[in-house]
Amino acid sequence: MKLESKIPAGPIEKKWDDHRFNLKLVNPANKRKYTIIVVGTGLAGASAAASFGELGYNVLAFSYHESPRRAHSIAAQGGINAPKNYANDGDSIYRLFYDTVKGGDYRAREANVYRLAQVSNSIIDQCVAQGVPFARDYAGYLDNRSFGGAQVSRTFYARSQTGQQLLLGAYSALSRQIGEGQVKFFSRREMVDLVLVDGMARGIVVRNLVTGELESYAADAVVLATGGYGNVFYLSTNAKACNATAVWRAYKKGALFGNPCFTQIHPTCIPVGGDYQSKLTLMSESLRNDGRIWVPKKQGDTRKATDIPEEERDYYLERLYPSFGNLVPRDVASRRAKEMCDKGHGVGPSKMAVYLDFADAIRRNGKAWIEEKYGNLFDMYHEITAEDPYKTPMRIYPAVHYTMGGLWVDYNLMSNIPGLYVIGEANFSDHGANRLGASALMQGLADGYFIIPYTIGDYLASTKFKPVKTDDPPFRESTKTINDMVNKLMSIQGTRTVDDFHKDLGKIMWEYVGMGRSEKGLKKALKFIPELRKEFWSDVKVTGKENDLNAELEKAGRVADYLELGELMALDALNRSESCGGHFREEHQTEEGEAKRNDKKFSYVAAWEFKGENKKPALQKEALEFEYVKPSQRSYK
Amino acid sequence: MNFTLKIWRQKNRTDEGRFVEYTVKDISPDASLLEMLDVLNNDIVRKGEDPVAFDHDCREGICGSCGLVIDGRSHGPNRGIATCELRMRSFRDGNTIVVEPWRAKAFPIIKDLVVDRSAFERIMQAGGYVSTKTGGVPDANAIPIPKPVAEEAMDAAACIGCGACVAACPNGSAMLFVSAKVSQLALLPQGQVERTERVQRMVARMDAEGFGNCSNNYACEAECPKKISVEHIARLNREFIRAKVAG
Repeated sequence: MKLESKIPAGPIEKKWDDHRFNLKLVNPANKRKYTIIVVGTGLAGASAAASFGELGYNVLAFSYHESPRRAHSIAAQGGINAPKNYANDGDSIYRLFYDTVKGGDYRAREANVYRLAQVSNSIIDQCVAQGVPFARDYAGYLDNRSFGGAQVSRTFYARSQTGQQLLLGAYSALSRQIGEGQVKFFSRREMVDLVLVDGMARGIVVRNLVTGELESYAADAVVLATGGYGNVFYLSTNAKACNATAVWRAYKKGALFGNPCFTQIHPTCIPVGGDYQSKLTLMSESLRNDGRIWVPKKQGDTRKATDIPEEERDYYLERLYPSFGNLVPRDVASRRAKEMCDKGHGVGPSKMAVYLDFADAIRRNGKAWIEEKYGNLFDMYHEITAEDPYKTPMRIYPAVHYTMGGLWVDYNLMSNIPGLYVIGEANFSDHGANRLGASALMQGLADGYFIIPYTIGDYLASTKFKPVKTDDPPFRESTKTINDMVNKLMSIQGTRTVDDFHKDLGKIMWEYVGMGRSEKGLKKALKFIPELRKEFWSDVKVTGKENDLNAELEKAGRVADYLELGELMALDALNRSESCGGHFREEHQTEEGEAKRNDKKFSYVAAWEFKGENKKPALQKEALEFEYVKPSQRSYK
Repeated sequence: MNFTLKIWRQKNRTDEGRFVEYTVKDISPDASLLEMLDVLNNDIVRKGEDPVAFDHDCREGICGSCGLVIDGRSHGPNRGIATCELRMRSFRDGNTIVVEPWRAKAFPIIKDLVVDRSAFERIMQAGGYVSTKTGGVPDANAIPIPKPVAEEAMDAAACIGCGACVAACPNGSAMLFVSAKVSQLALLPQGQVERTERVQRMVARMDAEGFGNCSNNYACEAECPKKISVEHIARLNREFIRAKVAG
């Protein structure tokens, strides 16, 4: 199989404009003849579905939630990047492009990233027009703040609820289309299979989560906007229902999975408390604008944070990276926190935490100022830990947050399966081996509002579609396969719950495929995961009925997929014998403990092809070329 | 900590439903109420029974999925938080905790503690938007908005659509929910063009869905996890009268 990225020729500034001109168009009267399925209605899916509806396509939108507003995009806190240069601090499209390619440790496609930076300004305009209440200065103009990996202030925000406000904006546009009947919204439906007809994506099978029925839907193209797979780790900042089932089932139908090992561990999360814990809570990166990260210089120091004098504190990020300080990229900040704790400088009951301290900012600007900027985060922290961060520093530790890997897509955001598009976190595209803060919202909305509405038209206009019905054999075969899987899960009636298995998998993943990875550890993971999978399929206990609302059965299907995806992640991590961004192979580091890339051998996208159950997937490589941002050792010193 | 739980179990929309008593042991005071329910559900599954169904997702108080009436209060005893943020340290060891679903005519029960809030969707579809299309909009800074106005709009926009206001209201009114959206868009310049039509359409839909009227009880504000003020209801009323006069 040859992977064609379909990157247009020409200088990088002109690629997207030229490409848009060359794309075929569907004339307005013909748009109503096409039906597009959109799975997932978070930022990427809602913005795409709304935009398709506005253009006049028939849209079928699916969510496992009751409402698009529940999607996990809602929980993004800090902000969204755009190089408006409103701050007059030297920002430009080229600088955002440069920062993103560098931040991703030179493992993203230049052309995609440049386009992302280009369209990001329009996103801010669009959201403001929808009534998104971004933060403003006293002149009434938009305010900005800084995020990691950048030395300019280009992040637009709405308190610490930016994701919420952007999603509600996209949701309002989508609601309008639903109200007008242009988009049909199917709530509480989980996609369980992709249906191919003559090798083209022509439909999906979903499980109705209220009745348990399997339902089939046909269309001319299928767009997956189903988010990331961080929940493979059990504990992550993802919402509980976030899952990989849609992308995984598409993978098993032939879609390639790009860079599965690229996972992002976010440095500022509330540390793990105990076994009961069901998820980890993020404290926005924006806090690093004003909070200072430190640990006691003395190992095993048990004094209260406020009792440790200034000269006995190690503000290690400021010490190691004087120019970026506390605003180094996420992968760097996470790794250093782990290193400090591993060396015995950790704090709190578990000793697996570092301090994030606002005392200086409160002294400098007052409590009210901090409250306005971060009030709800401070409240959230207080509620969870029963400690008051206005008085004592927050305790934070890295946690799984985002997955840069995902289904492989070309420049048009189409996978290797004709008619299957993948947008937002679900694709592998723009963030390389590490995503910069405030770039996920940007990418989700760029894909949905400003890229896929153009590129999908080209496919529809240039493809001949034969009529497809939902009782055609491919739909019936998919339904039967899924039915068999459901019946098998219900019939095992073993001794351990789905959560028991998920927690076990999470421990393996965190230990061996987490922040530090080694050949030895990854080989262990590749032994343990299949063993656990075997145990799952002979000893899991799922109660309730299949034709009813049954959360255990939902979880069981998802965990069954994680037990396969986890193995692919380990395999990819083992194959990539270099360190880059969030993928840190302990064998490959510089003397100063930074990630050491091997551009000669690994400057490629690893795209994995499913070859059958329990067979080793095949590795396809898409070479990455850097014409503009020349790869160098990333330095934030 | 140990607790006795009285949980509402109901098979489906038409089933009568009943309280079922459970006990949970050795719960960490730092666990959330939903994590306590996870522990309970795992016990129930091990016994071979059907676990308690409840809606939840982000577990950090922003998605609006969860919503339980706990000891008679929407989202439990603490102010300004959603059910998922409620920690067990808020209860006394050995207590009995009563857990029910939202109860309102417009929110039929689907199963156990899961209710159908699609009425909120239809209200939003009736007019909870600015009819802008993707593209064709001015530069973001072409619309300056005074900071206090933007802040007040944000206060309203913080609504998570959980429905606690409806569950708390003796009339099952959705006025706080509707007012939050009407207020946000009425405050902002972007919302002016459709201001008159929007409030009329959203209120008409609200009435058609079977939500009750506001009788200034203020329970909605008291139990709102985002502390949305009833001042927005006052603005909704003004907007509605203005629309009547203007329209």
